[in-house]
Amino acid sequence: MKAAVVGATRGMGRALARLLAERGDRLCLLGRDDAELVASARDLEARGAPAPVATARLDLAAPGGFAAALDAADQALGGAFDALVVTGGAFAPQAELARDPARLERLLSVNFTGTAVLCQMAAERLAARGGGTVCAFSSVAGDRARRSNYLYGASKAGLTAFLDGLEQTYAARGVRVVCVKPGFVKTGMTEGLPVPPFAGEPDAVARTVLAALDRGRPFVYAPPAWRLVMLVIRSLPRAILRRLSF
Amino acid sequence: MLPRGLGRAYGDAALPAASGGLVLETVRADRIVAFDAASGLLTCEAGLSLAEVLRVFVPRGWFPPVTPGTKFVTIGGCVASDIHGKNHHRDGSFGQFVERLQLLTADGSVVSCGPAEERELFLATVGGMGLTGVIAEVTMRLRPVESPWIVLETKPVGGIDHMLESLASSAADWPYTVGWIDCLARGPALGRGVLLRGRHASRDEAGERPPRPRAGRRVPLDAPEWALNPAFMRLFNRVYYAWRAAGRRRHVIPYEQYFYPLDAILQWNRLYGRRGFLQYQCAIPRDVGAGPVRALLGALAASAAASFLAVIKDFGEGSEAYLSFPIAGTTLSLDLPYRGRSTEELVHELDAIVVRAGGRVYLAKDAVTRADDFSHMMPRLGDWKAVRDRWDPHRRFRSAQSVRLFGDPA
Repeated sequence: MKAAVVGATRGMGRALARLLAERGDRLCLLGRDDAELVASARDLEARGAPAPVATARLDLAAPGGFAAALDAADQALGGAFDALVVTGGAFAPQAELARDPARLERLLSVNFTGTAVLCQMAAERLAARGGGTVCAFSSVAGDRARRSNYLYGASKAGLTAFLDGLEQTYAARGVRVVCVKPGFVKTGMTEGLPVPPFAGEPDAVARTVLAALDRGRPFVYAPPAWRLVMLVIRSLPRAILRRLSF
Repeated sequence: MLPRGLGRAYGDAALPAASGGLVLETVRADRIVAFDAASGLLTCEAGLSLAEVLRVFVPRGWFPPVTPGTKFVTIGGCVASDIHGKNHHRDGSFGQFVERLQLLTADGSVVSCGPAEERELFLATVGGMGLTGVIAEVTMRLRPVESPWIVLETKPVGGIDHMLESLASSAADWPYTVGWIDCLARGPALGRGVLLRGRHASRDEAGERPPRPRAGRRVPLDAPEWALNPAFMRLFNRVYYAWRAAGRRRHVIPYEQYFYPLDAILQWNRLYGRRGFLQYQCAIPRDVGAGPVRALLGALAASAAASFLAVIKDFGEGSEAYLSFPIAGTTLSLDLPYRGRSTEELVHELDAIVVRAGGRVYLAKDAVTRADDFSHMMPRLGDWKAVRDRWDPHRRFRSAQSVRLFGDPA
């Protein structure tokens, strides 16, 4: 695989990028913080990614820079990347998003608009040259709106629907689309939040995702138990859902 | 505040001082910064675990120069405790393989230190239990190995003198040596046990297969208290001794099995039930002979405080780090099921024997040693305190252990 990865500096993205590095995949890291990108690049080279692991600027809130970033990835990966993996995203507690419209607007831009535009551009690029893989991390929070996190959840619901459509449209042109729906995973993003049952570890989630990436499965829950959890949540009558605190 | 890695210290070394101070968890700072495949020089963020170092580098022919009994420790933690392993008699402790540290000190600056650079700060940080600042980055040397297998030889040993002799005579030919002792044996059989000697297997001895990782078992709940009564333990010890005592035996085993037997049983501490246990480890200097070790074993046998795991090892020369634990002589490690005051009194009794012998206890395991006793154990405690006075006069870095042992404000 020749993968352009957004979000490899932390959390699940870091764990997944390491698995790719360990099996010798070529990598280009995209993100906002140069120092972090370079530090992660060195880590991945030490773990087996062919050197140099290149880095380039990309901000999911600034779609104007996407074309340049994808060009940089193409150049770094021998002329053409064959996979885009977007693990990065924004998160904030519901209460903060509800009272801060600017923060909410930014979260929705990063998680939905930016990610969708980037994936659309990548899918088109890959289709034009015969195929590849587009993978983005949505969330179980997008499966059904809940009072405790519907603002974050909505951004992911939109992303899930987008990836669903993308998959249906580009399959015929050789592009596989993988929508990852993590449940609660213990990373820096969820630090401080109460840990529910079935909470996942980044390394285990990364292994589940890698298996799905290799097989091109369109939807994957990680940890897998969350498929069942969300099935239950999706079937709850509205009157009960309204009264849930989680 | 207090930096904390994987939290494997047995006592209160990685617990915050009572006033609810900040704990800085370092485990997510786990990236490799650089590795030189020609020299084995590794630079990494200090939250990287030894387990990861093994996983990434053993297949490439590199091994940690010193490893403790568990791989679930961070590299920063290895430095902060100046950990030792089964090869101390030959190679010394972890700090002796560290070339450079990057430290976040109390005033917020990032300071580089090493054997020839800010040397006093370096000697205070190695073994300094995180109290000189947050270790952010470590540069250390790995050791080349031909295979991931270990050649293990076991030999039954009839008593304490025989054990000490066997450790000494094995030292030249075996890089890794350790003895297991049956603490419940008394009289002439005092200190009887099994000597386990190991070395890295050569490529020919090992063959091509990599060792298969064994699925860990997990202890699902706390064992009931009655499981730890002396009768049961005596039986356990007898069976283990008999198993190992069938003469000298040689095996080629995966390194995990030799170095990390307990890691295969996740949450093994639960075998001690809800009240848990205290772990006690001391070092006795060589020049006082076997008397103090006999006295320690005698005190243990007399107290009926059963110990599943009693481990004995010879130490080589100590390092120059101010609070470093190992000194040339013998080290003894024990688990003491916790029964309240009586267990703590036993520790004080053992401490008294150790102080009289000119020895010390291991801070990574210590939980109840008194400040006064500890001050008599470490001749360079004053040098260490002077470094702290210079770099952290307001004691921003402190732990529950430093409150207990060094009078830090709670």
